[in-house]
Amino acid sequence: MTAVIETHGLTKRYRGGQLAVDRLDLTVPAGSVFGFLGPNGSGKTTTIRMLMGLIEPTAGSVTVLGGTMPKAVSSVLPQVGALIEGPALYGFLNGRDNLARFDAADPTADPRTRRARVAAALDRVGLTPAANKKAKAYSLGMKQRLGLAAALLQPRRLLVLDEPTNGLDPQGMREIRSLVRELAADGTTVFLSSHLLDEIEQVCTHAAVMAQGRLLTSGSVADLAAGGRGRLTVITPDTGDAARLLKESGVTELTIAEDRVTGDPPDDTTELSDITAALVRGGVRVRGFGVERASLEDAFVALTGEGFDVAG
Amino acid sequence: MSQAEHTGTEGAVTAHTETTGKAGPPAAASTAVAGEPRARRPQWTLGLFHSELLTTLRRWRTLALLGVLAAVPILIGIAVRIETGGGGGPDGGHGGEGPAFITQITNNGLFLVFAALAATLPVFLPMAVGVVAGDAIAGEANAGTLRYLLVAPAGRTRLLLAKYATVLAFCLLATLVVAVSALIVGALLFPLGEVTTISGTTISFTEGLLRAALIAVVVAASLAGFAAVGLFVSTLASSGIAAMATTVGLLITVQILGTIPQLDAIHPYLFPHHWMSFSDLMREPLYWDEVRQNLGLQALYAAVFGSAAWARFTTKDINA
Ligand SMILES: Nc1ncnc2c1ncn2[C@@H]1O[C@H](COP(=O)(O)OP(=O)(O)OP(=O)(O)O)[C@@H](O)[C@H]1O
Ligand SMILES: [Mg+2]
Repeated sequence: MTAVIETHGLTKRYRGGQLAVDRLDLTVPAGSVFGFLGPNGSGKTTTIRMLMGLIEPTAGSVTVLGGTMPKAVSSVLPQVGALIEGPALYGFLNGRDNLARFDAADPTADPRTRRARVAAALDRVGLTPAANKKAKAYSLGMKQRLGLAAALLQPRRLLVLDEPTNGLDPQGMREIRSLVRELAADGTTVFLSSHLLDEIEQVCTHAAVMAQGRLLTSGSVADLAAGGRGRLTVITPDTGDAARLLKESGVTELTIAEDRVTGDPPDDTTELSDITAALVRGGVRVRGFGVERASLEDAFVALTGEGFDVAG
Repeated sequence: MSQAEHTGTEGAVTAHTETTGKAGPPAAASTAVAGEPRARRPQWTLGLFHSELLTTLRRWRTLALLGVLAAVPILIGIAVRIETGGGGGPDGGHGGEGPAFITQITNNGLFLVFAALAATLPVFLPMAVGVVAGDAIAGEANAGTLRYLLVAPAGRTRLLLAKYATVLAFCLLATLVVAVSALIVGALLFPLGEVTTISGTTISFTEGLLRAALIAVVVAASLAGFAAVGLFVSTLASSGIAAMATTVGLLITVQILGTIPQLDAIHPYLFPHHWMSFSDLMREPLYWDEVRQNLGLQALYAAVFGSAAWARFTTKDINA
């Protein structure tokens, strides 16, 4: 897979001397849904601003869709939809006119199809009923949806979404997640920052974790969560027999807690159904059986520490 | 899912099957990658200018400024009418004090156009322009909309040009609002007819109207230099209010400097120095010398402050 976003030694020091991003090497593969995680103030938005050519890196390089930013903004950005640090709207314009305004700023947008594209984008984020309402009368979630709609005015190769579900109701969050999956299915690479770990776990194929401007780790979500290995769990009153039979089936690192026996499953070639069959044949009363993936949250806390303090 | 999905431009195929809510496998499955590069459109800069102008004109503030400007000729007209006892008699001799052209209004309503332009040019008109120019970049930066225009991507140079063109269009519009309002009030309250020029000759009413139109354009052009100053201030400030206040403050400072005789040496370089030269266009024949100097000075200001604004805006970090 080719990289859609690539940074090398990317560094940003703000004028006040604050080192917001520190020698970041990031690779976002094409076709991935890439989660960008990190505590408040860890430099996520700063990185996104550099990706979009809004601010100049202090050192290092950024390549987006093969173009060096910020030099290549005019050729790269028409293929990129972005939501950066929340939506920003013209309060005195209604939703539809806001989108038309942002569309007019795109040099590749066809004014003849503008109405249709604006209507389609509003429809996609479920904002059609509020299309004629002034944006200053929008709720936080409605503003967020309009911001997303602006990113969806054109078919895009890359979507960069900075905390896209911020302010949304649970229904809205679900819609955004399914929208992201839908876009990914169309071949759009999605780069999204978030604090919501389960959200990242649900939609992302890859993730990177930042803390204090540094990249702690990055890779596929499955790899990040407990190094790619789940834990096999059997729930049974016959814990002793179960443990013995599991050991014979090749399960290692067994632990017993109350009615629960857990262990690392054997290599991928062993059919899990063979293990259940062995347990049943051995007369073990199996009440529950499954492979539990360690959550990303465990991995995240292990990396960034329990105290979720902002970087000073 | 909407059918309008298929309106992607210039063959950028949206390989969009009806997959609402379904988590499909990435890229591999689709036949065409979404968002392939589209060509730039040649008329696009005009489109951006059009959008800019429309947005500016739909701001409540812009309309309020134009409303105030439209009210000035009404006030002058009513004041003159009351002063002369409503008779409209031919007592409007020379030697009257006050702004230029005021004394001729009772004889000919067309002079209200010249009087209103002379009254608004020193303060009201440039103040309105200062507000619009000062807010142009800083206001959008403050609201955050600037970052979305830039990632669209509007292009910094083009956006700045579109903004300057919009401010210039506003200069013309503001001047025309004063002139048209004055013409209507003048026609309603006073007689119209042949026009006596400053040189003492008489020209037809139609020619008088043409002169008024010419003067309005020259007055609007007189504001071009100050508009560039306002735009430059706008690229420096981070809030629209601060930029507007600074720009208007600068105007007042320069107007005061222009009245201090000890500063004679710098007067010719101040942007309002030749503003009142538009009255030379009421002479017979037209006297262009100072008007030309004025336009040259405005062009110089536009070039210097326009370049400064460009240098600043194209290298600025957009943090808001
Ligand atoms: N304009 C600015 N000037 C100076 N320092 C800044 C500026 N913007 C951000 N910073 C600093 O840079 C660091 C990173 O900020 P950034 O906004 O990138 O964090 P973030 O990861 O997006 O946080 P959050 O999750 O809260 O959105 C912070 O320490 C912040 O104080
Ligand atoms: Mg942020």
